Amino acid sequence: MPLGLLGKKLGMTQLFDEKGTAIPVTVIQAGPCKVIQKRTMDSDGYNAVQIGFDPKPERKVNKPMAGHFAKAGVEAVRLVRELRGDETQELEIGGELNVSMFEEGERVDVSGQSKGRGFTGTIKRHNTSPGPKTHGSMFHRRPGSNGGSSYPSRVFKGKKGPGQHGNERVTIKKLRIVKCDTERNLILVRGSIPGANGSYVVIRKGRGK
Amino acid sequence: MHPIIREIEASHLKTDIPYFRPGDTIRVSVRIVEGDKERLQDYEGVVIARRGSGINETMTVRRVSFGVGMERVFPIHGPRIESIKIVRRGRVRRAKLYYLRDLRGKKARLAERRVSDSKLAAEAASESRARLNQAALAKVAAPAEAPAEAPAEEQQDS
Repeated sequence: MPLGLLGKKLGMTQLFDEKGTAIPVTVIQAGPCKVIQKRTMDSDGYNAVQIGFDPKPERKVNKPMAGHFAKAGVEAVRLVRELRGDETQELEIGGELNVSMFEEGERVDVSGQSKGRGFTGTIKRHNTSPGPKTHGSMFHRRPGSNGGSSYPSRVFKGKKGPGQHGNERVTIKKLRIVKCDTERNLILVRGSIPGANGSYVVIRKGRGK
Repeated sequence: MHPIIREIEASHLKTDIPYFRPGDTIRVSVRIVEGDKERLQDYEGVVIARRGSGINETMTVRRVSFGVGMERVFPIHGPRIESIKIVRRGRVRRAKLYYLRDLRGKKARLAERRVSDSKLAAEAASESRARLNQAALAKVAAPAEAPAEAPAEEQQDS
């Protein structure tokens, strides 16, 4: 079986379950994705399929990509990604993947690019505690000690410090599918997923339970 | 909000919610599940706040029973709310009546708001236009959903 889909995060809302409890859901526009290319053990050293999502007009396609799409005989798309796995070899070039590969209640992993927060301090980036704001405190939002001067006389590897936060690839695992809409190509998963509304995500079948 | 999300929400919104504002006393019939039995329980009190919009909208209903103040927050569109009835309309000058928490006895009363039915209907209409317009629009946009029901029936309960 194919193992995943490409999609676009539309935003969040809430739904009520049978008990009347509100459950937060993220709406993802997922697929349909066409297979553009196959990677095989013989030619590439690994098994994968290249799939595309989100059609774009012909005039926006550059020539190298136009040739690539024409070879597969598929529509030009904005997003092209590879999904690895031996099971992908059953797919044919030009074949379609869509929401029907998932069912309600299933667990999926969703990956995307998280929102960039720029260069941030340790409080926002690593969730360390801020110091007192008043009473003569001069330790407001500082990162604290890096290490002693006699021992260890160095900064330990992996010490939490300020730096770039966000704008990295994040995978949220085991998200439950609340609803699948094959007509409108929608997947509703419980909880939040990385990225801003409108950003691209990869939805993969969850491994194990 | 993305139009598709609006559509999804619209299909879950209730259209039979009467027009009420903070300050109004309402009676909420709440579905309660005990074991495998289900029954209705009425909860009557003053609406002290409405917040959120669309399917996220909630109301805070305050009542004082045996001298103990009690507040419950209900999702207005939640399936556990069977019905909402307006008992009395109160005259208030703000949207959030949190000051009632600090008042007790005679001071915690609200003056009744006497308005003619026609005026109330007009109010409800303009309110429902603002609140439900997006829902109604989304319903029209999604012909696959149940036939669009005009939210104009809002006022009947008054």
